[in-house]
This record gives sequence, structure tokens and C-alpha cells, in this order.
Amino acid sequence: MTVVVATGPVEDAPRVVRRSLRRLLLRNPLTVASLVVLTVFAAVAIAQPWIQPYPAAHVDLSRTDARPFTSHYILGGDQYGRDILSRLIASTRGAAEVAVILAAVSFFVGVTAGLVAGYAGKLTDTISNWIFAALMATPGVVVLIALYSLLGTSTAVAMAVFGILVSPNLFWMVRSLTRSIRDEPYVDAARVAGLSSVRIIGRHVLTAIRGPIILMTASLAGSGLAIQAGLAFLGLGDSTKPSWGGMLTDAFGNIYLARVQLIWPATAIGLVVGAFSLLSIGLRDVLEGTYVKPSKRARRSQVKVVVGPHAIDDPQSARHFVPNPSVAALNITPGTASLLTINNLRIAYASGTGFSTVVRDVSLRVEDGEIVGIVGESGSGKTQTVLAALGLLVDEAIVASGSIRFRGTELLGLTEKARLPFRGRHIAYVPQEPTANLDPSFKIGSQLVYGIRAQSELRGRDARELARSTLDRVGIRDPDRVLNLYPHQISGGMAQRVLIAGAVACDPQLLIADEPTTALDVTIQADVLDLLRSLQKEMGMGMLVVTHNFGVVADICDRVIVMQAGSIVEEGTVQDVFSSPQHAYTQLLLSSVLDDAEPRAELPVEA
Amino acid sequence: MAELLEVRNLRVSYGHGNKANEVLKGVSLSIRPRETLGLVGESGSGKTTLGRALLGLAHPSGGTIAFEGRDVGNLTFRERRQLAKALQVVFQDPYSSLDPSMCVRDILTEPLVAQGMRKREATGHVRGLLDRVGMPSDALDRFPREFSGGQRQRVAIARALALGPKLIVCDEPVSALDLSTQRKVLDLFVELQERTGVAYLFISHDLAVIRHVSHRVAVMNQGEIVESGPATQVTDHPQHPYTQRLWAAHLVADPTEQSIRRQTRLALQAARA
Repeated sequence: MTVVVATGPVEDAPRVVRRSLRRLLLRNPLTVASLVVLTVFAAVAIAQPWIQPYPAAHVDLSRTDARPFTSHYILGGDQYGRDILSRLIASTRGAAEVAVILAAVSFFVGVTAGLVAGYAGKLTDTISNWIFAALMATPGVVVLIALYSLLGTSTAVAMAVFGILVSPNLFWMVRSLTRSIRDEPYVDAARVAGLSSVRIIGRHVLTAIRGPIILMTASLAGSGLAIQAGLAFLGLGDSTKPSWGGMLTDAFGNIYLARVQLIWPATAIGLVVGAFSLLSIGLRDVLEGTYVKPSKRARRSQVKVVVGPHAIDDPQSARHFVPNPSVAALNITPGTASLLTINNLRIAYASGTGFSTVVRDVSLRVEDGEIVGIVGESGSGKTQTVLAALGLLVDEAIVASGSIRFRGTELLGLTEKARLPFRGRHIAYVPQEPTANLDPSFKIGSQLVYGIRAQSELRGRDARELARSTLDRVGIRDPDRVLNLYPHQISGGMAQRVLIAGAVACDPQLLIADEPTTALDVTIQADVLDLLRSLQKEMGMGMLVVTHNFGVVADICDRVIVMQAGSIVEEGTVQDVFSSPQHAYTQLLLSSVLDDAEPRAELPVEA
Repeated sequence: MAELLEVRNLRVSYGHGNKANEVLKGVSLSIRPRETLGLVGESGSGKTTLGRALLGLAHPSGGTIAFEGRDVGNLTFRERRQLAKALQVVFQDPYSSLDPSMCVRDILTEPLVAQGMRKREATGHVRGLLDRVGMPSDALDRFPREFSGGQRQRVAIARALALGPKLIVCDEPVSALDLSTQRKVLDLFVELQERTGVAYLFISHDLAVIRHVSHRVAVMNQGEIVESGPATQVTDHPQHPYTQRLWAAHLVADPTEQSIRRQTRLALQAARA
């Protein structure tokens, strides 16, 4: 069964530090380096007429093939006695023009058309798709070679045409991004507020997608430079003007006499093209948040040190973990073989300079045959607690201290392999989003059988028969048909029944359900709760139900645990907690329940 | 005419020809000034589509929508823009209904500027709005991500109020919020209504929420309104079998009461089978 794990720490009020794109970019050394290279590139291209020591065509035969750093020709002379440095600088202007023209043309064509096609109706979209598909199918380099022979040597025109030829890359990206933004509620809200389409595109759509556009334009400029250098190397383009590609050809012809001459143009091309791609990679990492700070691992180990003696680093210390005496107040004695015992659990996440604790010394117990509810608002740590019991916390989570025992066996610190017999077979899990937790590319039957094979010795026909009978047991009327359906062919309520079937197929002793009915309609929610209740009675298993809904607790639970900001604030039987809540937070929550409210009276008919 | 909004026999379909899927099958309802009409239904009932049709975000294939006596079913862009002053929206998800790249000031002044107000004048106006929805005025230069769900929803409400509308379509405005926040935001809705006289079409799947804010309630099932009437009558003495089933399935936060309801529901189910 696939499982979607809640990611990251959950915080009450988001305290986000405003970090500008620029500062994030500058934290990556490679991005900084490529920005430096590109700045130098641009500066040289602009200042070229003033900083070039000799005219590009200046010939001094006495310095033919002069070695670098031996004469006024700092980087040496070429086989015609021309200054290599001057020619390199002169070529920079041409290269910059290529990058600018290519980027500008492809940006203008691709972005404009992409925005229009993505935002406008179906007809415009279809027509632009045809046009850009045709462009995409045109072999760019061949067209360029043909152009050079037709138009002569104008690099600018050729690059403009090449810009149009590569614009489909931008077009498709912008179009699909625009389509996804177009359906965002904030765009709908802007339309309702009476904003014109042009304004919505400029204000909302373009700002949201500017990052990827810059990224792709930079990489197009880089690849355009490389292609232009390649063409010049082949001898196409204006041979009277110096270019990096042309210099490379000259040096290549001279390779037996002065190998060192190859280095200069090759370095220039490599540096600039590389800088463009590194810049776009750096930008992508920042925009998509995939850039991992190198210090993360280091910080993680620090946290373990910080929490000191309770740190669980290996199974050994976990087994010998001695609970804090204050837990005795909750009547939890380690050693009694309760179904599930969680002691002093503390979970933290690294955040900023320190770490934030999302579960704080949580202790709880589930006995055989009882249904325990954990209720709390978002950020209360309820889901993190049960995910820890399942061993499904994300990698970034740090179990700082505590113990989780299943029938007396410590689960914390177990290796994945040692945990396998517990998860699934003994401890089953029903997640919140039923449809998201079924793999769309496999039939229901094969997904159920897959789970059964993992949890039991059953194989082949036996496993399938168990899947069928379990579907029958969870109230699916036509199990044989459902086994052969794909997840998208069934409703959310039925998907949740399928997941419950997968969870209970191998008679688990403990069922952990995380918001099992939150995504479901009211009437289906009631049916699913009925099903869970009857399965629990029938099998005598213990259940731990996480929910934000007091109605669910009232309906199904025997005992309830109220959590707030990572801690348990109240625990008791459902009757007690509902009739006389002790903690102020529980009282606040129960008073927020709207059930008791009198409906508003009808408005009097206006006079 | 006393009605602010009058919808007659509204039909909306998605798709064309044989594949057309009729989501609204002839819906009629009306809302008076200062009134809240609660629209309750399950997913796929068409309640959200109805709201979108009123806002001009979905196109009716039949029927009429009259706002203040004027047909607004198929407006040109210019006419729709005029209507924006009177008809506004608050969406369900406070996270995606505010543009993450705009600060609160820009979010709130945008509709005012779009209607031709000067930016400076709009900013002054916006301060008052923030105060009305219970947000500190230093929120102006902060971004949506710096606020909690409840605070974001307050900003969305302020945006809806900015143009002084006569009707706000509220599409599940509290279902993404925590319990304690939910109640505060609902109370804000009621308070703003009493203060400004705005009318609400309040769409929700949650019976308790609907009961709390509505004067009248309409129940939707599969593209049709199956029952409507005063809130007390529809929620306490539902007539239509679907409404009865829906009400019986609603969970209450009281173990004793809930077990009684469960018996009622199972009895209803048995009677139906």
C-alpha cells in the first residue's frame, strides 16, 4: 500500500522569515560564481571598444605564434600574427549579441504566445499548439545552415530566426504553468473583482511563473551561444568578424605548432555556457526548494546531542530506555504488555538555527479492544504521534526521546527490516485521503493482493480469495467486479472501504486511522464509522483514531486524548471529557462546537 | 421587487453534445437583502457550480439569474465589471485564494483600483477594512504566508467587502479552518452582515455551520434543490427523505445524543432498504 506522509513540522501560526529570491540565490556558491562570470562577460562585451589592446585585424608578423606572456600580446599571437587577447575580447561582443538576441526573441515569442494560449479559450490554444508543434518539428541547426547560405553572413538575423525556432520550449512551459494558475481561486477572485484579462495575466499569472521563465531563458541563451560557436567552428557566419568559434577553428588548424592557442577560446565558451546552465540550475533549486543546505546533516546530529541522555541512536539504548518518573501520573507502567504504549515521546524538526519540537513528552496507551481518539487542531502533533508509532515519519523528523512499545516490544530504533512484521501485519493503518493512497496505475485487486502477500504466507489464488472476502466483509456488494477496477473508477467512500479492507485483511491487532472520514461526505462518513465500529467489535482489535472532529470522537471512541501544540492536555473516557472537560483548552474547543446553536430566525418581510 | 437575487430554472452543463454532463438541472432560489441563504449539499451536488454561475465563472445553459431585477446570466466583460461592485466572493481555501506574491495592501486595493479608485485613496479605505475584519493595520505590508488560516480568511473577507457589495457568495468559507477559528470567522460573517446589510449565499456541506449562519436553508442533491425554507423548519423538521438522511448522518459532539442519532439513522436506513 502506498502511503502519503504528512511532511514537515506543523506550526500554529506561520512565522515565515521573509527571504528574498536574491538572498537565497546568493547562498549557493555555484550560482554566485556563475553570476560573476556572466557579469564579467557582460562588462567586457560593453567595454570592448575601450579595453581591446589592438584592433582585431592588427597583424604583427614578428609575433606569429608568439607564446603567451612573452610579449605585448599577453595571451600570445595566432598564426597570422594577430593578438589573441584582442580577438577574444572582440568576439565577446558578438557572443553577447547572440545571447541577447536569442533570449529576447524566444522570450517575446514564447512567453506572449504561451500566456495567451494558456489563458484564452480552447480555439486559440489549439491553433497556437499547431503552430508551435510545427516549429518544434523544424530541425533548427539545418535551417540555420540554410539561412547562412541564403542571407549571407548576418549573425543577428540568423539568431533571431533561431530564437523563434527554440521558442516552443518556452511556449509549452508558459502555457502549462498559465493553465494551472488560471484555475487558482485567487485568479477567480480577481475576475470577480472586475479585473481585465490583461491585468490578471500581468499581475497574477506572470508574477507566479516568472522564475521558471527566467530559468529557461537563461538556459536557452546558453545553448544558443554553444550552437553559434559550433556553427562558426564549421566556418559558417561572418568570417571577417572574430568569433570564439572561428578562433577555435584557427587554433585547431594550428594545433601541431601551438597547442596552447586552443585553450583561450575553449575556456571562454566553456565558462560562459557553463555559467548560463549553472545559473539556471541554481535558480531552479531556489524556486523549487530542492537546494539542501550542506549543514543539514551536521545540524541533525547536533540536535541528538542537545537532547542528551534520552537520545535514541541505536536499538540497544532504546531498549534500556528508562521513562521519566513524571509519567507515573498518567498511570503508565512500562513492562505491562499493553497493546500500544507510548512513553514520553518527543519529536523535533530542524528549523532555522535551532529546532522546533512538534510532539512534546506524549505518553498514551491503547488496550486490546478499545477505541482511543486523539483529537486536536492543526499543529497539535496528533498525526506526528501516530506516524511515529507506524515508523512513517519523514526523514527530517528527529525522535528526540521516548519509547513506543507494541506488546512490550520497543519499536523505536528498530531497523526498517525488523519493523516490517509490526507494520501492516500487527499494526494496520487507514489514511486520510482515500483516493490519493491508492496507486492509480494498478487495479484494486492487485494492490490488495500485494499487501496480503507482504503480510502473510498466502500466495496466488489464496491471497486473491482473501482480498475478495475482505472486500465483502467491508460491505462492498460486488467484490469480484471491484477487484478488477482501477482506483479512479470508484468513489471516495468506496476507496476508503478498499483501504480499510487492505488494513484489516490479515487481522491486525491494532488499527491506526488518521482522519479516516475527513475527506468523505457526511452520509458516507457515517457509513464508514459504522463499518470501523463493527469491524472492531468483530475482531476485537484496538483502534487509535486521529481526528479534528469531536463528532467522530463522540460517535466511535471509548477514550479520548486532547492534544494542543504537541502536548496532551487532557485524557479520559469519552463520557467524562464531553460532560465535564477539565482543561481550559478542551472547554474552549467544545464550546466552539456549533451543534447547540439555535438557527437564526427568518428575516421579517420588509415593510 | 423585494428580492435581491432571483434565480429561475438555472441549468449548467459541462462538456458538449453526447458527453454533456448537466450539473445544475433547473435550480430556482431567491435571496433578499440582508439575508443569508444557506446552501447545503454533498460533493457533486452542484452547490459550488451554482455559486460560480452567479459570479460569472460558469456559463448557464438555461434559465435566468436576476440581480436587482436585471438579468445577469450572460454579461459582457464591461457589464460584469460594473456588477463586481455589488457581487463578491469568499472561497473555501484561504491558502490558494490569496495571491502568495502580493502583500495584503496590494490584495485589498486591487479591486478598488480596478474600479477606478486612486491607489492612495484605496490604501486609506483598506485600513478601515482591516479594522472591520479584526486584523491589525500593520498587516498591510505583510504577505499571506505570514498569517494563519483564520487570518487569511479574514483578509479574503476584507477583499470581498472592499467594494461594498450587496451579496457575497461564500463557498465553504470555514471548512478549511480549525474548530475554534471556525466559530470566530462565522461570528464575524454574522456581525458584518448586521453592520453592513450585505446578503450571503452561504455554501457548505456542514449542517452545523449552515444552521449557525442561515436565515433560510436550501438543500441540494444531484443538481436539484430538494427542500428549502426557514432555517428552523428545514433543520429541525426536515420533510424530504434526502434531507432527513443527511441530517441523521450529521455527527454531534455529544456521546449520548450521538448514539441516539445513530439509532435514528440506522432505522431510517432499514426503512429505506
